[in-house]
Amino acid sequence: MVAFIIRRFIQSLFVMFVVALVSFAMFQFIGDPVNQMVGIETSLAERAALRERLGLNDPIVVQFWHFIVNAVSGDFGISYQHKRPVADMLLERLPATLELSAVSALFSLLVGIPMGVYTGLNRDGFLAKVFLTVSLIGISLPTFLIGILLIFLFSVTLANAPAISVFGLFAIDPSVLQLPSFGRGTVVDLGGWRTGLLTADGLKALIMPSITLGLFQLTLIMRLVRSEMLEVLRTDYIKFARARGLANRAINFGHALKNTLVPVITITGLQIGSIIAFAIITETVFQWPGMGQMFLQAVQNVDIPIMAAYLMLIAFFFVVINLIVDMLYYVVDPRLRVDTGKATGHG
Amino acid sequence: MADAHTSAPGLLDPLRRFLDGDVWASFKRSPVTVGAAAVTLLYFLAAAFGPWVAPHDPFDLAKLDLLDSLIPPAWMADGDPRFLLGTDDQGRDMLSAIIYGSRVSLLIGFASVLLSMVLGIALGLLSGFVGGAVDAFIMRMAEIQLSFPAILVALLINGVVIGYFKTHPEWQVDQVTLAYVVLVLSIGLSNWVQYARTVRGSTLVERGKEYVQAAHVIGIHPAKIMLRHILPNVMGPVLVIATIQLALAVIAEATLSFLGVGVPPTEPSLGTLIRVGNDYLFSGEWWITIFPGAALAILVLAVNLLGDWLRDALNPKLR
Repeated sequence: MVAFIIRRFIQSLFVMFVVALVSFAMFQFIGDPVNQMVGIETSLAERAALRERLGLNDPIVVQFWHFIVNAVSGDFGISYQHKRPVADMLLERLPATLELSAVSALFSLLVGIPMGVYTGLNRDGFLAKVFLTVSLIGISLPTFLIGILLIFLFSVTLANAPAISVFGLFAIDPSVLQLPSFGRGTVVDLGGWRTGLLTADGLKALIMPSITLGLFQLTLIMRLVRSEMLEVLRTDYIKFARARGLANRAINFGHALKNTLVPVITITGLQIGSIIAFAIITETVFQWPGMGQMFLQAVQNVDIPIMAAYLMLIAFFFVVINLIVDMLYYVVDPRLRVDTGKATGHG
Repeated sequence: MADAHTSAPGLLDPLRRFLDGDVWASFKRSPVTVGAAAVTLLYFLAAAFGPWVAPHDPFDLAKLDLLDSLIPPAWMADGDPRFLLGTDDQGRDMLSAIIYGSRVSLLIGFASVLLSMVLGIALGLLSGFVGGAVDAFIMRMAEIQLSFPAILVALLINGVVIGYFKTHPEWQVDQVTLAYVVLVLSIGLSNWVQYARTVRGSTLVERGKEYVQAAHVIGIHPAKIMLRHILPNVMGPVLVIATIQLALAVIAEATLSFLGVGVPPTEPSLGTLIRVGNDYLFSGEWWITIFPGAALAILVLAVNLLGDWLRDALNPKLR
């Protein structure tokens, strides 16, 4: 196991190296960074001084080495547009994105797994077919469109809807269900980590963005759990468990579901990286003040330091999550603890 | 076959074989697929003949009348029968704007699928045929790129290409052409991996077969073996991927345009229309964003269904 983890670690380092190379190459591609940083009235002498100070006259390999050393120590340079350290700007916006991503990952797991189990157990049921059809439509809808539709339903339509009377007994005002459609609501500052999880307002603001962000993963997890359940339920040991007269619940959840979890962990792990990246779109729709929004502005303004730092940060998340997923296999699947040769070939 | 030899080597022959074949039979058996194909065809025709079928020309500034702006769809109280799906803030007919928008979306979609297909096939063939260090290098790069969502890669390429054109004024391009080039490059370059992996896999299988060895023995140039003998035999799965990728490319274009780094509003694609309309959602003019959104969703759904069916029909194992 130790050998396996070391090998994965070296692979991860290689991935980070290539990503750093790509990030570094982006700086070279758009020409002279000095032009991006100074105004028109800056003299040639000042420009030359700045060039020397930034180390732009060094050989390219030396520049790349400095770039890596700086990145490892958390220095991603100064934003061309905001003239502030990129690391500070990313850190300020990290909590918003991480909270949104965590809540939507949780949402997709907590709703997706039960739906997958249900559709797997009742494969010909009416509700199961409805779930599957809806999930196909869900995959076809682009993320930003889902967000717009939710805003249309819960912020625009509900705000204007008349009260509904229930059997003439009491009236329900639909506008109580109305959800805020932009921003994070009230946030609490916990020593630099600005959280929206502690106020009712902040939680309410999370609902629509996290559904938007989590819906695609939800359909993915549901379909995965369903097909794995169908596969597992056909196996001999499930038939044997039934023959032993075990309760259905024990079979379905104790034996079958447990064995579907390995691919679910893999996919969830891999998807967390893409959730964080897809947050770019959701954050734009809901004006969520996270890293994705900042990255998008950087793309529009060709602010390379922010783009490079964001790319490396996402790569770092991806690599770390992958390592954790690899280790989780050992926890979940006892077979891998014996058969290491097979596990390394899996990668 | 005798028939094919006596009559002129018929153009209709492949068609007849196709109509007798399994693929056509499975197509006819699935009403959902027939429906999806009909919808897709409708979009293609509308896109191809847009200027002739659209009731108005939404880009002719001389014909736009601001008095016609923000009219709701024809069936609503304040609707105008001239504008079936209503008008936007500049008095453009939404139906015409959607037809012109689908044209732009599909054009960019096809161009970027073509780019990623050519790139992916070339790299996949090279990887599978040459092997060794070339193979290892290409496949490592593919793995690393695959670990990032395509939309993130597309955004990065987008930013870099825009930056390149900004700092290299010797390229004289107008804004719309630039947007098209940037979009096709960023979507095309972010989606080649799927093709490369599939083509590499099939090439590895084909490379070991006797006809390839025979070709080697009689001294045919390796490049010619690769292109003339192996390539035609690995194209089947590529078509399936290309169909599904078209849906993804249309989504990617719409997303990039929605995010504001795509087609400019002067000649909008579906994504740009949704982005523009989104500003009017809260003031009650929902049709400006909901109709282009629905048009996009229906197009993607239809192409996806078609791709799903094609995958199952061409893969005997799944039948």
